[in-house]
Amino acid sequence: MNALSNAAIEIAALRSDRFRLEREADWQRLESIVVRMEKGRLRGISDEDLLALPGLYRTLASSLSIARETSLDAATLAYLESLVQRAWFVVYGPRSSLWEWLRGFLGGGWSAAVRGIAFEIAVALLVMVAGTVVGWLLVAHDQEWYYAIVGRDMAGNRVPGASVEALRGTIFGNAEKDGMSVFAAQLFSNNAQVSILAFALGFALGIPSLLLLVHNLAGLGAMGWLYWKAGLLTDFAGWISIHGTTELFAILLSGAAGLHIGRAIAFPGNRPVLTATAEAGRRSALVMTGVVLMLVVAALLEGFARQLVDQTPGRFAVGGFMLLLWCAYFFAYRGRAGR
Amino acid sequence: MSATPRKRFGRQGKERVLVTPEGISLPVTVAGRGARLGALILDLIIIFVLMVGTTIALVQIAGGAAQFGQASQAKGAAAQALQFLMIVWIVVMFLFRNAYFLFFELGPRGATPGKRMTGIRIAARDGGRLTAEMVIARNLLRDIEMFLPIPLIMMAGVDSGMAWLAAAGWFGIFMLFPLFNRDGLRAGDVIAGSWVLERPRQKLQAAMTTSEAPAAERFMFRFEDHELAVYGEFELQALERVLREDRADSLDTVYQTIAAKIGRNDGWGAEQRFLSDYYTQLRARLEAGMRMGRRKADKHSSL
Repeated sequence: MNALSNAAIEIAALRSDRFRLEREADWQRLESIVVRMEKGRLRGISDEDLLALPGLYRTLASSLSIARETSLDAATLAYLESLVQRAWFVVYGPRSSLWEWLRGFLGGGWSAAVRGIAFEIAVALLVMVAGTVVGWLLVAHDQEWYYAIVGRDMAGNRVPGASVEALRGTIFGNAEKDGMSVFAAQLFSNNAQVSILAFALGFALGIPSLLLLVHNLAGLGAMGWLYWKAGLLTDFAGWISIHGTTELFAILLSGAAGLHIGRAIAFPGNRPVLTATAEAGRRSALVMTGVVLMLVVAALLEGFARQLVDQTPGRFAVGGFMLLLWCAYFFAYRGRAGR
Repeated sequence: MSATPRKRFGRQGKERVLVTPEGISLPVTVAGRGARLGALILDLIIIFVLMVGTTIALVQIAGGAAQFGQASQAKGAAAQALQFLMIVWIVVMFLFRNAYFLFFELGPRGATPGKRMTGIRIAARDGGRLTAEMVIARNLLRDIEMFLPIPLIMMAGVDSGMAWLAAAGWFGIFMLFPLFNRDGLRAGDVIAGSWVLERPRQKLQAAMTTSEAPAAERFMFRFEDHELAVYGEFELQALERVLREDRADSLDTVYQTIAAKIGRNDGWGAEQRFLSDYYTQLRARLEAGMRMGRRKADKHSSL
């Protein structure tokens, strides 16, 4: 132990402090940038400082590594650790440009995320078809089911036993109706909430998401049966398709996104369950952002286009075009391969 | 890093080590549940106030538009204006409910006003960038955590029995979720791969061991190697705290302890100087040891 002479001690006593004094100015410059960013005053930061930030951060991080191995100055260490953490928050915080994110999202990020949950989409589609068939068959078997599935409020004039004319009236001739834009906004708000719910319920292993899909589509099947009885099935399909290809697609995606999370929780594979869930969650979140956009489109179609196009072939044309558009975007468009 | 003997009192159990993409291990502190609850309540109050405020403002405007319609006989224009206000109201309510958290957490500060007030923020659990997808995912889950069950509880009322119990149970499960994992993750955090951390604040304190004096006069007291060898890093940091606090009674106590331990009594009347000299020389000795790959954690260690 006597190898450490007094002279060596004196040199050493200086060394960790010299280290600190040499770098202190850089640390303080970084701190002042970080403080301004934390306060949200991005405009007050010069370009020079902004460019220097990543470099300063890396220098600071290496200072911390060195200090941990060579310095016992607890105050300096604590300061460095907290400053590295604050700078890390800033450097690795959310990207400041929403616009840039949106470009990546529309330019391939969204469609890639949708392709990433293709399996769940297939399952959800199956469940939706099954739901429609079940709804149809139940009501065909016993008309009382109609009220249980569709609900009296929703049904309005569209009840079993209604005249063909009354049913035709619900499909055609609403062009002059007022308040369609309010209707569209309400539709959007409701549908978006339902789809968010379908997604969020994926947390319970995805089962409630599927039940929600079955319930919604059973209503469609029941109504389909009603119009079929009146000989209006084609017209009903046209009435649904103009916005339905978009809206049902969006609901399909939200159910699939919820299922994707449920599957990651139940069957994480070789990865830790938290990692698998987080990965699935981020992919599903991208899908869901798209779903909300699709529902805006669907609400506009339902609120306006359906009233303006008052004939079945035209409605099919618009609906079919939308379906083609979505399918092409999701499954054919690759965007920037990097994402 | 595990060898670093750092002690902070009263914060055990919340300290985590996060590895940044540069490979630096960063100690972080998981936000307390109280702070998070406080932040949530603050945010909900803000949202509620904003919702009520917007509604009142829009109703006022609507009233004005209706009056205008009656006065000028321009019924069509007034109806259109009312319709437009209705749309604004629906969209704004939707945004307050779904986009408030998104908007603030996507900003450069990564925190809502409530979180900022309670000094916490969100970050990526893997040490990488906090992405928009994470923020979206964690906030979409709020729907089943709060925005669905709370209206259900209110609508059902206590007297409806089972429905109320179900809604309250649902709400309880998600509210208590953070209590049952060690990082205090919400369901939304699990989905997103995010967590909520305390926002650190630490001023750089003055260096204690720098001195302008020439080396010969720097120390009033000089300590022999065997006198320095009795203490380790833990005691050094305790001594640093005492010196920084600079309170006469604790300085005196510590002086007594150290002087007794090393068998010296020449620091009488200059305790502060004695201790700071001892601190400097002890630190120099320990740091020199560190460079040779030897660390002495505390007085019980053998080095």
